[in-house]
Amino acid sequence: MMYYSRLRMASVIGICLIGLALCLPNVIRQPVPSLPWRQIHLGLDLRGGSYLLLQVDMNSVAADRLRGLQDETRQTLLKAGLGYRNLTTTARGVTFTPRAPEEAAQDLKALRAMPMNVPGEFSVNQGEGGQITIALSPDAARQRAYDAVTQSIEIVRRRIDATGAIDPEITRQGEDRIIVELPGISDPERVKKLLGTTAKMTFHLVSDSAIGSAVPPPGVEMVPMSDGQGTLPVFTHVDVDGADLTNASAAIDQQSGEWAVNFTFDSTGAQEFGAVTRANVGKRFAIVLDNKVIEAPVIRTAITGGNGQITGSFTAQQATDIALLLRAGALPAPLNVIEQRSIGPSLGADSIRAGGYSLAAGFVLVIAFMALFYGRFGWYANIALLANLVLMTAILSLFEATLTLPGMAGMLLTLGMAVDANILINERIREEVARGRSALQAMQAGFERATSTIVDSNATALLAHVMLFVFGTGPVRGFALTITIGIVTTLFTTLLLSRMLMVRWYARTRPSTLPV
Amino acid sequence: MMFDRPLLRFVPNGTRINFMRGRFIGLATSAVLSIASLILFFHPGLTLGLDFRGGIVVEARTQGPADFNAIRAALAAQHVAAAGVQSFGGPDDVLIRLDTPPASEPDHEARTQALVDSVRHAITTLPGAQVLRADAVGASVSAELFRNGMLALGLSLLMILAYIWFRFEWEFAVSAVVTLVLDLTKAIGFLVLTHFEFDLVMVAAILTILGYSTNDKVVVYDRVRENLRKYRTMPLAELIDLSINETLSRTLGTSSTVFLAALPLALFGGASLSGFAWVMLFGIVVGTSSSIFIAAPILLLLGEKRLRRDARPPARTS
Repeated sequence: MMYYSRLRMASVIGICLIGLALCLPNVIRQPVPSLPWRQIHLGLDLRGGSYLLLQVDMNSVAADRLRGLQDETRQTLLKAGLGYRNLTTTARGVTFTPRAPEEAAQDLKALRAMPMNVPGEFSVNQGEGGQITIALSPDAARQRAYDAVTQSIEIVRRRIDATGAIDPEITRQGEDRIIVELPGISDPERVKKLLGTTAKMTFHLVSDSAIGSAVPPPGVEMVPMSDGQGTLPVFTHVDVDGADLTNASAAIDQQSGEWAVNFTFDSTGAQEFGAVTRANVGKRFAIVLDNKVIEAPVIRTAITGGNGQITGSFTAQQATDIALLLRAGALPAPLNVIEQRSIGPSLGADSIRAGGYSLAAGFVLVIAFMALFYGRFGWYANIALLANLVLMTAILSLFEATLTLPGMAGMLLTLGMAVDANILINERIREEVARGRSALQAMQAGFERATSTIVDSNATALLAHVMLFVFGTGPVRGFALTITIGIVTTLFTTLLLSRMLMVRWYARTRPSTLPV
Repeated sequence: MMFDRPLLRFVPNGTRINFMRGRFIGLATSAVLSIASLILFFHPGLTLGLDFRGGIVVEARTQGPADFNAIRAALAAQHVAAAGVQSFGGPDDVLIRLDTPPASEPDHEARTQALVDSVRHAITTLPGAQVLRADAVGASVSAELFRNGMLALGLSLLMILAYIWFRFEWEFAVSAVVTLVLDLTKAIGFLVLTHFEFDLVMVAAILTILGYSTNDKVVVYDRVRENLRKYRTMPLAELIDLSINETLSRTLGTSSTVFLAALPLALFGGASLSGFAWVMLFGIVVGTSSSIFIAAPILLLLGEKRLRRDARPPARTS
């Protein structure tokens, strides 16, 4: 209790010095290339910027797959020369009635041969009424949902990178959410617009025979025109998918002088595009972007080069954004912004100033209090307090943690609470002295008895803040994190450092009375 | 050396204040305050912050003192019906609040987000005005944040109960948690009276108060436990009094340092943190006094028979 070996002293001092070194990157802005350079990041509330919480529309992921499955079923049956009635989608699959009961075995065989995205994605069975059901498995649905979010994150990242945002943070949250943090962008309107667009481009043949009919025939869908002028009946079958694009750019069309988007297909896309256009010369081919027909030109000749152009009376900004979106790829499902918080740079600077002054003022008050009420041992506690601040900063830097405004409050409160351990020890020593113990005995008893109290009281505080870290979000998590780290550093600085200072002082001076 | 010896002290050595004599006054005062807080909680109720209520808040700074009519006109030009336009902080700062469209409508999330842009556009039409902060929280998120906030509060209380139960006897754990719940109700009453908005940051403040208050109780309990072993025949009331008196200097010392640390934050911490800090300051006072006037009397009531029974020496030995 009253003896510190050289090794122990060296390690306590060593840890404090390492802590000091780890703080340096926060003060010196110029990184030293050969050293690990980690520093605290300022949160959006201090730096200014935007926070967006996006939700992936999972219903649409499921609905998309069902529509695709229905389309595949129809194509498979047609190819095999089999008939069907009442082909519809249900909540979890596709059902139809075979044309004739004896065809059912052939239907099952043909459908079971359909390609699956993942093994065991669906099962094909015949029900009691003779109906055939193609049911999607829930596991595959979950996998698809997970993949949809992963893919969305990738696309979101590409789109945001294309806007030139600096240090964007894109993270998954929970099952179907994505957090986008954009430091320095205090008006997220353009980003919101870019992310709010699915940019799913598909090419469909137009069903000329269905023009003017009120109810479209099976396999044909009425799709609204992008200019709001009525609808166009197009086949639901996707002839060419915009996912097969390799490049897209905005340019001015030489002939009309209007803004247009030029695109280039990869080899698969170019082949498909060539085949469809060759087989359908003279027919209209609709370019559908996000469920709206942008244009539906007549195919004059087969287009084999893999290049194409979309003209739809765009403005320059629209053409640029469409090109950007096509390059970045389509989102697998629509994204909805469900929470946004944006902070201007001036408010962030105000907050740093207010937080910094409060931190300094609180620190000075606590130091003055300890000096007035506890004398020499109070000053030792103050040295430990300073070390505490250094170590907290060091650990936060090591984690590359984000300092938020509540986080600054957390640091301040930690400093207020940190001296509690010193107060406990000092009061105990004072009591023991009052009971007539010698200086050595009093210090020994003080350390010994106070330790279990210090551990108990800090453990309960730790529990409360771990809960807050688990269930809190955003800046509040920063608060919980700083307090949690603060409790750990407090245990170190009070139980080891300030005690060491007291013990060293005793060993040096051998006082007969203690300054308590 | 001039800083060698302490210059000030809270209480002299050997202070013996008979706290337990006033235990019923303490409990009654606490009960009255907590019941009053509960009534305030139901009527008029907490002012829910954006996190928990959902909606839109835009803070803007105008050039020169804010002209509310001009702001309202600019909002109206963007077809935005603001629920409230009020001054905030300085004379050139305004706070614009909007409610979200009802959650029953299918595209309410999208419309909530679109409204923020309209408010932004309205602000930019005013000469020299800038948006300081714009927050929009949809209905689904606010419900979830509220649930998580309450879960964090409830689980923290349970964990504290479990920890104290594990380290002490159940009487200690129960009296601590009952006291914490009473502290909590008073903090809520304080929030209702002061109109501070109840949001996630406030949940953090309340959790910190609870952590601090528990800390304070653990220190007193620790001394009670020690004294239970040391003075085997002392009546519990006297023993608790002794323990409180022995730890009084520490209790006042620690609450002072935490109070001093939080005070600058309340005074200069800026709009977003001063509410947090005021709740902290209130909680420090409540938590410190409840250790002495509430937790200790409850422990006395619960433990009067039990905690002394096995410690009492057999009647025939002397």
